[in-house]
Amino acid sequence: MSVEVAEGANHRVLTIDQIRRYQRQIIMPEVGSPGQRRLLNAKVLLIGAGGLGSPAALYLAAAGVGTVGIVDFDTVDMSNLHRQILHGHSDVGRPKVDSAADTLHDINPDAEIVAYNEPLSSYNALDIIRPYDIVVNGSDNFPTRYLVNDACYFLKKPLVDGMIFRFEGQATVYEPGKGCYRCLFPAPPPPGAVPSCAEAGVLGVLPGIVGSIQALEAIKLILGEGTSLVNRLLIFDSLPMEFREVKIRRDPSCPVCGDEPSITELIDYEAFCGGPAASALS
Amino acid sequence: MGVQIQVPAVLRKHTDGARVVEAEGGTVAAVIGQLETQYPGMRAELLDENGEQRHFVNIYVNDEDIRYLGRLETPLQDGDRLAILPALAGGAWQVAPFDKLRAGSSGVVQVALQRRFLRFAVR
Repeated sequence: MSVEVAEGANHRVLTIDQIRRYQRQIIMPEVGSPGQRRLLNAKVLLIGAGGLGSPAALYLAAAGVGTVGIVDFDTVDMSNLHRQILHGHSDVGRPKVDSAADTLHDINPDAEIVAYNEPLSSYNALDIIRPYDIVVNGSDNFPTRYLVNDACYFLKKPLVDGMIFRFEGQATVYEPGKGCYRCLFPAPPPPGAVPSCAEAGVLGVLPGIVGSIQALEAIKLILGEGTSLVNRLLIFDSLPMEFREVKIRRDPSCPVCGDEPSITELIDYEAFCGGPAASALS
Repeated sequence: MGVQIQVPAVLRKHTDGARVVEAEGGTVAAVIGQLETQYPGMRAELLDENGEQRHFVNIYVNDEDIRYLGRLETPLQDGDRLAILPALAGGAWQVAPFDKLRAGSSGVVQVALQRRFLRFAVR
């Protein structure tokens, strides 16, 4: 699959500076000048400027993706810094999207960074996602994961998904009509059925690898090169250093992308993520 | 030699940390039954109280989802590989919910608060 990238008037010809900046990828036949122009005209939205979003955003902006949108309403915390490499020590306390925009502008002034300093919900998800060609999911919770999946299906946007847990990661690509997250898991697990946030932990390198795979898949989609992770879930286990994969199929009974969908509008699932947050709400 | 079962990190608390375990059985259901005798607690992770597969845990035989094979009655042969795949939310900021709650910046709480505020505003 290749993504339909609008032929923007702004990048019909590469400038001297752009040729200098991107020469090492332009010289590859799979990219070339046409591929670089496709990247410069592409718009990619990142859900989250955290562990997965950091490497994904850095590599996408560095590669010359013309517009990088970032949705995140959190502020930088000291405990983020071991894995969220968009942010530095001096950014602690700042909104993550501001810190991210500064870092990305420094890496590549060519990239337009669009910051959404707000939580994603059924109120804004469609409007935020609509202008983009591809969505890269780095969300950390089930409600957002389902919201992004459903919104991308409704808007027919490819979704590059990534997940991490301790030493394990997963990545895949959902292409509208070829299966979605709900084909894999039709509904969120009930609260308490999966390990709570407090039980989880992660080495910074792990989201670094999974987020980089997500960036690569997004770039492949933009270039129309290679075989994407569509219909395959890549499972990465870092302790034995193994990559495996399982098949993903479009489920005809999927509540969103199936033959007779029961979900036709966005849902805000009650936020849950283990005990502490749930009890704080009640 | 039996069936090789890939245990995801989330469930390794039941297998003393083992990533791969072996069990005998002619079907997925039989293997789960034997897994439970070897590693108590595994069955409840995979099946609900009615013995149905939980919707947030997928099981694969040789990389194919058993929902597209024979579900729990999917036949197994010696040497088959069975993989368990639970839904993971994981991503950006999973580590310190207590700190975040104290700082008032938990994503979960803020989303909920924002929604409550919106509801209030609508009223």
